[in-house]
Amino acid sequence: MPASQPEKVLILGIGNVLWADEGFGVRCVETMAQSHALPEDVRIMDGGTQGLYLLPFLEETDALLVFDAIDFGLEPGTLRVLRDDEVPAFMGAKKMSLHQTGFQDVLATAALLGRAPERLTLIGCQPVELEDYGGGLRPAVAAQIAPAIDYAVAELTHWGFPIVAGSTETGDLADSSIRRDAYEGGRPAAHEACRTGDERFFPTSAKEPA
Amino acid sequence: MTTQTPNGYTLDTSGKRIVVDPVTRIEGHMRCEVNVNDEGIITNAVSTGTMWRGLEVILKGRDPRDAWAFTERICGVCTGTHALTSVRAVEDALGISIPDNANSIRNIMQLNLQIHDHIVHFYHLHALDWVNPVNALRADPKATSELQQAVSPSHPLSSPGYFRDVQNRLKKFVESGQLGLFKNGYWDNPAYLLPPEADLMATTHYLEALDLQKEIVKVHTIFGGKNPHPNWLVGGVPCPINVDGVGAVGAINMERLNLVSSIIDKCIEFNRNVYLPDVVAIGGFYKNWLYGGGLSSKACLAYGDIPENPNDFSAEQLHLPRGAIINGNLNEVHDVDPRDPEQVQEFVDHSWYTYGEPGKGLHPWDGVTEPKFELGPNAKGTKTNIQELDEAAKYSWIKAPRWRGNAMEVGPLARYVVGYAKGHEDIKNQVDGLLRTMNLPVSALFSTLGRTAARALESEYCGRLQKHFFDKLVQNIKNGDSSTANVEKWDPSTWPKEAKGVGMTEAPRGALGHWIRIKDGRIENYQCVVPTTWNGSPRDAAGNIGAFEASLMNTKMERPEEPVEILRTLHSFDPCLACSTHVMSPDGQELTTVKVR
Repeated sequence: MPASQPEKVLILGIGNVLWADEGFGVRCVETMAQSHALPEDVRIMDGGTQGLYLLPFLEETDALLVFDAIDFGLEPGTLRVLRDDEVPAFMGAKKMSLHQTGFQDVLATAALLGRAPERLTLIGCQPVELEDYGGGLRPAVAAQIAPAIDYAVAELTHWGFPIVAGSTETGDLADSSIRRDAYEGGRPAAHEACRTGDERFFPTSAKEPA
Repeated sequence: MTTQTPNGYTLDTSGKRIVVDPVTRIEGHMRCEVNVNDEGIITNAVSTGTMWRGLEVILKGRDPRDAWAFTERICGVCTGTHALTSVRAVEDALGISIPDNANSIRNIMQLNLQIHDHIVHFYHLHALDWVNPVNALRADPKATSELQQAVSPSHPLSSPGYFRDVQNRLKKFVESGQLGLFKNGYWDNPAYLLPPEADLMATTHYLEALDLQKEIVKVHTIFGGKNPHPNWLVGGVPCPINVDGVGAVGAINMERLNLVSSIIDKCIEFNRNVYLPDVVAIGGFYKNWLYGGGLSSKACLAYGDIPENPNDFSAEQLHLPRGAIINGNLNEVHDVDPRDPEQVQEFVDHSWYTYGEPGKGLHPWDGVTEPKFELGPNAKGTKTNIQELDEAAKYSWIKAPRWRGNAMEVGPLARYVVGYAKGHEDIKNQVDGLLRTMNLPVSALFSTLGRTAARALESEYCGRLQKHFFDKLVQNIKNGDSSTANVEKWDPSTWPKEAKGVGMTEAPRGALGHWIRIKDGRIENYQCVVPTTWNGSPRDAAGNIGAFEASLMNTKMERPEEPVEILRTLHSFDPCLACSTHVMSPDGQELTTVKVR
């Protein structure tokens, strides 16, 4: 743990909004930018599943705060906060595709280059449902957005950045057409667009949102 | 038992069956099964996967002008290419023409993505199939320096001290237990042939490529307003041009154009001084490993891309070539029309869907996605735990796209074979030059290494094209044209009641098409046929095997329980799939689990 306070902070929401609770991290940063006024040295960003594309942003920050849906093996909808060396082991489980370099690999790459952030905090939520392509957040996960943001505010305060209510102007969030309200509100009904598929990926529970 | 496929392969299923089973959520599940004979030679190959065709599910009823933002999220790497394909499909449907500057800017962005993807693919995903970073620790830095200067005299980073520093850094990294990036390699497999010095040189360039790729994507931040997830616009590009502006928010000014120009120069330099020389140097050690050609010498498809002028997609106006080669006849290149219902069709006889009747092909505008998941009578295991597939029945979630009934390879090698056959000057010069340097015949092109080399050549060519369009953009702005978007038909009240369109691009990994139907201002149907659907396609009703399957045939495996050769060849396609493999013994018992990078 470094002795000095960080000068720059990056808040990153990661995950794929198209896969139900996988979108938790992105929805957290979306909400936080609407509800809190962040100072200039705190950047907030929708990282999606961008892998190596995120490397430059990691390199230019002293402290990194990540929101993400993580499989902790806990009760669905449970939040957990991890710090520094505790983080990578959990993120390894989430490697999404050959190209969507796991975030763990992005962190390892930053370390290999000797430019990893000095501090790292992960605020993760155990998902209820991932295998619902086109679906939105399940209620138990959506209910954790506000508590997750409270944790983030506490962490930022601890890092020397007291945060007040308000809003943050930024171009680093998702296009308005796929923000949570538009995305979830515009979903076609199940009878209009087939949602079934491979039994391994589309368990019965996923066919209708809970 | 042996069978003959119409596209020229003899399949023999009598030998030991090896299952390489990668898993993913996003782009679907890809799995590969092969039979090998007593000499370790692959005699049958089966490629299977889910490319869950979920876009129609998500996009139905939405605003066509927003489709790009959804398609951008399909995948973490082809983001920009999907977005471009999507806006082109909508513009095609609604008859929207884009201004000249928008064409130049889109081309620069697409070429930029192409270069980024090729470099990242080679150094960060594919190189480890040929290069052994652990072996690099044994290299002599002085000898590495000499090798570097011999391979690429113009590359400034070549001193013994530089390589020693990298080696120390690597050593520290490996010793700290953070082998993460390099784990799961078969580092003692005899398939690795490089001396330690070449391994150290290539590993060093892996690090240089990491630094470069961060610069490359800044072009997307400048023209797309932001990165990750740059903005796109039906009718043009969403960035105003104001060359006289100083620090105007979002607008393109001279300062930003100068930054783009310097990035373009860096790409050109890296391709010439590092990427291409590395491919020649590494390829030189593997000259006798000419497996993996598959369909590339028989059937190649390219839609073409990078139009010289806006709104003109005629073949002769495209810098990346369009055309189809079939039946191994390189003397005839057919033109490709994605609107023609007889050309691109998708079949499902061996896919887990049904059209209600066998042998039927559907054009994407009329695409139907009705799942039918069933295992064939000779499959082993259960539906949720398949141990061995029955390829005589349905065996994949990927549909089988065909061009006039032919299984096709797409991607950089397909583009280069089509370009070479058409006598495309740049492509021909590049290919002939490389073959001369390496003292190889044209036939060497049709191989796994040929695919890898074509990607490097294309990266170099795209660098030059990027410069061409940058100069064109600057000249046009100087001439007083600052228009970047056409919003005449932005309002849905100006649209016809019903419309259909198609957008095409050459994604880094191959021909990509989006087909859209619009009704009453909303999306009625949306179908994507992505490159990995072509390459990873299962068999069709006639028995033609797909490109992945064909490329694995007749390959000799050094150690069948370590599928280095399978991974090498599959990776050479740059497939958009996540992989975690399980290698099984013939009785179905799991031997090893590895992750494929």
